[in-house]
Amino acid sequence: MSDGGLSIRAQVLLWTAQRASAVVLAVCVIIHLVTIIYAVRNGLSAAEILGRTRGSYAWAGFYAIFVAAVAVHAPIGLRSVLSESFNWRGASLDIAVMVMALALALWGFRAVYSVFI
Amino acid sequence: MAASSTLAVSVWRGKESGRFQTFEVPRHESQTVLDVVTHIQRALDSTLSYRFSCRVGMCGSCAMNVNGRARWTCRTHVAEVAAGDRLEITPLANLPVIKDLVTDMTPFFDKWAKARGRFQGGRTRGHDFARVLPESRERRLADAAIECIGCGVCYSSCDVVTWNPDYLGPAALNRAWTLLNDVRDTDNRARLGAVAGDAGCHACHTHMNCTERCPMKLAPTASIAGLKRAAALAALKGELGDAVTK
Repeated sequence: MSDGGLSIRAQVLLWTAQRASAVVLAVCVIIHLVTIIYAVRNGLSAAEILGRTRGSYAWAGFYAIFVAAVAVHAPIGLRSVLSESFNWRGASLDIAVMVMALALALWGFRAVYSVFI
Repeated sequence: MAASSTLAVSVWRGKESGRFQTFEVPRHESQTVLDVVTHIQRALDSTLSYRFSCRVGMCGSCAMNVNGRARWTCRTHVAEVAAGDRLEITPLANLPVIKDLVTDMTPFFDKWAKARGRFQGGRTRGHDFARVLPESRERRLADAAIECIGCGVCYSSCDVVTWNPDYLGPAALNRAWTLLNDVRDTDNRARLGAVAGDAGCHACHTHMNCTERCPMKLAPTASIAGLKRAAALAALKGELGDAVTK
């Protein structure tokens, strides 16, 4: 069933990684939403956000995990969507979603760094 | 049901491309959709092609789409499905059409073979009988999925088969799951490799169309979920090879 792209084992490991990252995302999204609701109780300002995140290793660590989970989860899902919607399969698809994963990770970690520094 | 009323029945005529032809069919009490198709073929248009055999829900050969849903026509009463005295009957989806309501089941059964759906034993006639306890976990899991008669209703109802024609489909995967739980089978390592990945169980989106529409009330979705777990575990252990052709 390999179509010139990934081996069967790699395909299954991608599936496993997507499920595992979904578990991480579920926790991260809940913490993120609760934080938003708590943070905006007196209005929302950039200064308040930066006051919370600047120099905080805890928030930087949390959002780094969040970004890593997104960078794993979203491209694997997109791989299925592209494959099923546009009949796009094989190595070119795998490369395209890998580029997307790297872009999500790059932009995400950059944002985390920006509000930490 | 009043015997005097009639039913407007739109029937697919042709192959992949074709058209609907409408017939007026008298309604009767306890009339099945297969009765309707048979009436059309015997009384109105003898060129209509359709497939049936047992007429009592044992063989599964009369499966067709009735008002957009795959069903056994022999076990579907007109009264259950005729909306406003109208019926639309088409061949099963996701399979090539040979003519009218007859599909070519070859891709469906080829996928059973691809999923290594054949029992592979390791014993000879010199061995004693294998002892499989009825209450054992494996036996119960196999029992829950074993009664598939290969009618193709699940395959026709599966969105993933429509989107990915390489996908093995619910019936072949369900079969593989029964063999995976057969403690006598010796081919399970290769079988797990054959049913895993993008064209195998991991492509299933858990829409559960197969489980909802299976006339045998089986749950292929549960079987596929079992395969997903088993294959993921094998992949993590490094024990999942690519499919071996034999």
